[in-house]
Amino acid sequence: MSEIVIDNVGKVFGEGGGRPFLAIDGVDLRVEDREVISVVGPSGCGKTTLMRMVAGLEHPTSGEVRVGGKRVTGPGPDRAVVFQQFALFPWKTVRENITFGMRSRGATKAERDAAVAHYLTLMKMEGTEDKYPHQLSGGMQQRVAIARSYATDPGVLLMDEPFGALDAQTRTIMQEELVRLTNDNPRTVMFITHSVEEAVYLADRVVVMARNPGRIREIIDVATTRKAEKWSEEPIDDVMEMPSFTHLRGQVWRLLREQMGSDI
Amino acid sequence: MSERLPLWAWSAAGLILFFGLWQGAVSSGAVSSFVLPSPLEVLERMWKLMNQPFAGALLHEHLLSSFGRFMGGFLLAAVIGVPLGLMMGRFRLLEDIVTPLFEGYRYVAPLAWVPFAALWFGTGIGGPIMVIFTGAFAPCVINAYRGARLVDSYLIEAAQTHGASEFRVAREVLLPGALPSIVAGLRIAAGLGWQSLIGAELIVVSSGIGFVMVQGQSNLSPSTVMTAMAVIGLTGLLIDIGLRQIESRVRAKWEGR
Repeated sequence: MSEIVIDNVGKVFGEGGGRPFLAIDGVDLRVEDREVISVVGPSGCGKTTLMRMVAGLEHPTSGEVRVGGKRVTGPGPDRAVVFQQFALFPWKTVRENITFGMRSRGATKAERDAAVAHYLTLMKMEGTEDKYPHQLSGGMQQRVAIARSYATDPGVLLMDEPFGALDAQTRTIMQEELVRLTNDNPRTVMFITHSVEEAVYLADRVVVMARNPGRIREIIDVATTRKAEKWSEEPIDDVMEMPSFTHLRGQVWRLLREQMGSDI
Repeated sequence: MSERLPLWAWSAAGLILFFGLWQGAVSSGAVSSFVLPSPLEVLERMWKLMNQPFAGALLHEHLLSSFGRFMGGFLLAAVIGVPLGLMMGRFRLLEDIVTPLFEGYRYVAPLAWVPFAALWFGTGIGGPIMVIFTGAFAPCVINAYRGARLVDSYLIEAAQTHGASEFRVAREVLLPGALPSIVAGLRIAAGLGWQSLIGAELIVVSSGIGFVMVQGQSNLSPSTVMTAMAVIGLTGLLIDIGLRQIESRVRAKWEGR
């Protein structure tokens, strides 16, 4: 079981040097096993910091994060991160990148070969296994990064604005692919984004954060509507025009605009 | 003019002019050949030293002996210096511990270590290797450190969140990421190491190009000293050309990634 429990977590930056800055204050959140949540909020609300604390790349100044009942003290392959900058190893081929995390677990060569074949077929990228990242488009690079994380077989997938650096069309295709991937192969997913549409389309619940200090403003349930309206059976463009979708999108958007008011 | 002649032609013209003036100055009797041996005398002497043992061995045997010491010290500096530099780039604490010592050490000329090198490791192979090591060590550390600092932090984080141990982070992320900088550092290290070696050989040892120089001096043979200098210069140049090849290959391979 890979549920995420964020237990009264606070984060202060710049303690013991410079002016301390309260980035996150008293956040409580429970993400169920195999649930997909997205986190939206104005810039500076600490959504990336929150994800980095789950990843073990940052440490809470108060409270604690537990994953699968175990306290998070550092990064580990049970919580693979997909980064906005893709973060593929430039000197490794597609094959070597995809199997990077598998090698940490001591997977055999046969298992690694099978995984490379599996993910490249799934991503319609057959024949690219010996290419280097710089020979691929941005969308393909991020597919490889997602495959690398999936192949590591983590209980939790953490995604930090993974489609933020992609053009609009590629982004839409990737969103659709990610939904298919998480349907076929469910994981606990924490997805950070600043796109309201993306947040609503991908997640079972949308966590809306507020800033100064960073905290949870509201959590909106999407899963119930998605199942009732059978979103996963429709193409993404049609889903995004359905009244059930636009209603939820409007709800999240109003919550965001409410707190961004003075900035726009 | 400058647009019509290729660059190498200018280099060649410079060399010919230099050696021509030198030869002319000695041949005309303006400068005594005892003060400055002419290029032709040096070539003649070089040929002789390659065929008749001097100071116990032929010229190329002395060169081989010097080169062996050089490789020993240079490789030792790379094998210790590069990992140390990478780790300093990775761990702030190690950087803070090592930096003050290191900054002090690197301004002490390699030759200043000669007495202790001889005292601790003897005048055979150990002492000279230590002197070369002290010359070649700093650029290995500094360039590996700088290279490691330039590796994008998210690549290190990507490795960590996919289960990589610190050893794998060092070997598969820091080392390849810092490689262009490391290779540039090795080139500098080789140059400094080769210079330090000759210095060490002037003082200790009983073979090698530096030793040939000392013997030439005490035999009042300026052409022998000059021959040794030419061999040192040429060998240094060849080492540099070899490493430059490797450097440009690494750069070409890393380009655009």
